[in-house]
Amino acid sequence: MDYQFLWRPVFKALPELVDAAFLTMQVSIISMIIGLSIGLLLSFGRRSKYFIPRTLSTIWVELARNTPVLFQIFFFYWGLGEFGIFLSSYVAVVTALSFNTAGYMAETFRGGFNAISNTQLQASRSLGMSFLQTQRYIIIPQVLRVVYYPMTNQFIWVILMSSLGMLAGLRELTGETQYFNSRTFRTFEFFAATAVIYYIIAKLVMIAARLLGWKIFKGGKT
Amino acid sequence: MIELKNIHKSFGDLKVLKGIDLKVKNKEVLSVIGASGSGKSTMLYCINGLEPIQGGSISVDGVVVNDKATDLNKLRQKIGMVFQQWNSFPHLTALENVALAPRVVKGLSKNEAKEIAAKQLAHVGIGDKLDVYPSALSGGQQQRLAIARALAMEPKYMLFDEATSALDPELVGEVLDTMRMLASEGMTMIVVTHEMGFARDVSDRVAFFHEGRVEEIGPAKTVLSSPKSEYLQKFLAKVH
Amino acid sequence: MDPAGNAFTDLRWVDLLFLGEAAIRTIQISAVSILVGTVIGVILGWMLASGNIFVRLLVNSLLDVFRSVPLIIQLILFDSFVSIAGFPMPAFWSGTIVLSVYTAALVAMVARAGIEAVDPNLRRAARSLGMGYWQDMRYIVWPVGIRAVFPSWIGVSLSVLKDSALVSAIGYIELLRASQILTTKTQESFKIMLLVGLFYFLMSYPISKAGDYIEKKWQQ
Repeated sequence: MDYQFLWRPVFKALPELVDAAFLTMQVSIISMIIGLSIGLLLSFGRRSKYFIPRTLSTIWVELARNTPVLFQIFFFYWGLGEFGIFLSSYVAVVTALSFNTAGYMAETFRGGFNAISNTQLQASRSLGMSFLQTQRYIIIPQVLRVVYYPMTNQFIWVILMSSLGMLAGLRELTGETQYFNSRTFRTFEFFAATAVIYYIIAKLVMIAARLLGWKIFKGGKT
Repeated sequence: MIELKNIHKSFGDLKVLKGIDLKVKNKEVLSVIGASGSGKSTMLYCINGLEPIQGGSISVDGVVVNDKATDLNKLRQKIGMVFQQWNSFPHLTALENVALAPRVVKGLSKNEAKEIAAKQLAHVGIGDKLDVYPSALSGGQQQRLAIARALAMEPKYMLFDEATSALDPELVGEVLDTMRMLASEGMTMIVVTHEMGFARDVSDRVAFFHEGRVEEIGPAKTVLSSPKSEYLQKFLAKVH
Repeated sequence: MDPAGNAFTDLRWVDLLFLGEAAIRTIQISAVSILVGTVIGVILGWMLASGNIFVRLLVNSLLDVFRSVPLIIQLILFDSFVSIAGFPMPAFWSGTIVLSVYTAALVAMVARAGIEAVDPNLRRAARSLGMGYWQDMRYIVWPVGIRAVFPSWIGVSLSVLKDSALVSAIGYIELLRASQILTTKTQESFKIMLLVGLFYFLMSYPISKAGDYIEKKWQQ
C-alpha cells in the first residue's frame, strides 16, 4: 500500500464540518418534531371509527414504512418536478424525513396506546374527568413512557438518515464532507473524520436521552 | 337516592341486564351477589354512565343518567367507584393519584388538592405513603389508595366492583375494614362482592342477581339465612 | 402520425427494461446481504448472549459503530479504503460486503433477544433431561427463540431491502439509481418515481403483512 494518508486538509476543514453538523442537528430536530406531531395524529387516525381518516392514515403509514427513505427524499426533491414543484434541498429533506418519521412513530404510538389498559380510562372517567382531561393527565403521560426509548432510537436514526441529504445536494454534515472531498480527493480521510463525528453525535444524543429519561421517569413503573 | 327502572343492557347480541328495578336510599349499604356473568358489575358501570343502556332509566338524585343532556362528568363527581383491578395511575405518586381529580375536575388549587389528598390517604390508613409510587405498594394498599382517590371528590355514593376479588387472601381484610369504616360513617354504598361475611354483617340489604335479573332482594340477614329462591339456595350452598 | 410520439413510446419500452434489470439487481444485492448478514449476525448474537463479559463488551462496542455511523458513509469509506489498499472491487461486491456487515450488526441484536427470550427454567429442564449444551441450543433455544424474534428479523430484512438503495452512492446501478438516470433523461420524473415506489412497496408490504400475520398467529 503506497497511499499516503493526509489528514491536514481534514483538520483545516474541521470548523466547516462542525458547522455542517449543526445543520444536520437542525434538520433532524425539525423533522423529528414535525414527524412526532403528525405521527401522533396518524395514530389517532388509525384508531378512528370513520373510514376516511382511518384509510388516509393507514396509507401514509404503509407508504412511509414500505419504501426507502432515500426514495422518499428523491421523490420530494425530483419527483414533483413534472408538476412544476421544485422544493429546495433543505425543504425536500425535512419533508421526507418528517414523512418517514410520522409513519414509524404512528405505529409506535399505536402500540403505546394499546399498552395502556382500558381500565385506566374507566377509572379516570369515573372520577369525573372529561375525555380530554383523561388523555392529558392519564393516558398520554403513560404512553410517553412506553414510547420514550423507541422515540430516542428514531431520533438517532433520523440523524443518521439525514446524511442522505448529500444525494439531494444538501450541505449537511455528509454533504459538506462530499464537498471537501470533491475539492481535495481525500475521500477516506474526510469520510473517516465524518464517521467519527456521527458516532460522537449518536453517543451524545443517547446519553442525553438516557439522563433525561431517568430524570423525567424516576418513579412509577408502568 | 339511586333509582333503576327496568334496565336493559346488551353487549352486541348478548343480553346482560334484562329489566333491573332497584332503589338505593341515602345512607343505605346494598350488597349485590350472584354468579359471575349475572350482570352485577355491568349494572355498576351503567349507574355512572361508563356503559350506555338500551332500555329503562337510571336516576341519581333525580338526575337521569341515560339522558343525553346530562353532564356525566359532573354527575360522576357525586359517585365514587372502586374497581376490581385497582387501576391506580402508575405514573403518579400516591398523593398525586388522589389530588389529580380534585385539582383538574373541581378546579381546586394544588395545595388545597394535596391537603385533601393527604387527609384521605390518612383516612384509609396509608398516610405514610404519600410520595410512594403505586408499583411500590401492595395490592391492598393500592386498593385503599383507589378508595381514597374516589373519596377525595367527596362523593355522595360509592360503587364497589368486586374490590377484593383480585387481592391475595391475606390482603382482603384491610380493604374490607376500610369499606366497613365507610359504611359506619354513613356512606351510601352499592357493593358487588363475593364476600358473604361482609354482605351479611355490613349491608342493610342484599340483592341476588341471576341471569340479568334481580332474583331476590331483602334485608341482609333474611336473604342470606332463609333464601326463598332455588337459585340463591344453590348459589349459597356453593360459596359456603 | 406524430414521429416524436413514436420515438417517445420506443424510449419507454427501453426504459422499462432498464428499470426491470435494475430491480433485479436490487433484489440480488439485498438477498445476498440478508443471507450472509443473518448467518454472521446469529453467530454474533450468540456471542452477545452467551460470551463472557469481555467478549460481550468487545462485540457490542464493535457492532455499535455500525449502528451509529450512517450506512452511506460506511459504503463510501469501505469503497475508498479497498481502492487505496490496492484491491479495488466492483461496486456490487463492496456494496454487498458493507450491507452484509450492517445486516449482521442488526441481526445480532435480534438473535441475542431471541436467545434471552427463552425462559431459563425451560433450558434447565432440558439440561436436567440430560441434553448437552448444543442439544439444548438445537432443540430448545433455536425453535423457541425463533418464534420470539422472527417478526423482528423480517423487519431487519425489509430495512436492508430498502437500505440497499444507498449502494447507488458508490455507483452501483440498482433500482433507485436507475430511476434517477431516467428522470434526468426524460421529463416524466413523477411517473418514474411512482413506478419505482410501487416496486419497493410491492416487495416490502406483503412481506411485512405476512410477518404481522405470523406474529399474531404465534402469539395465540
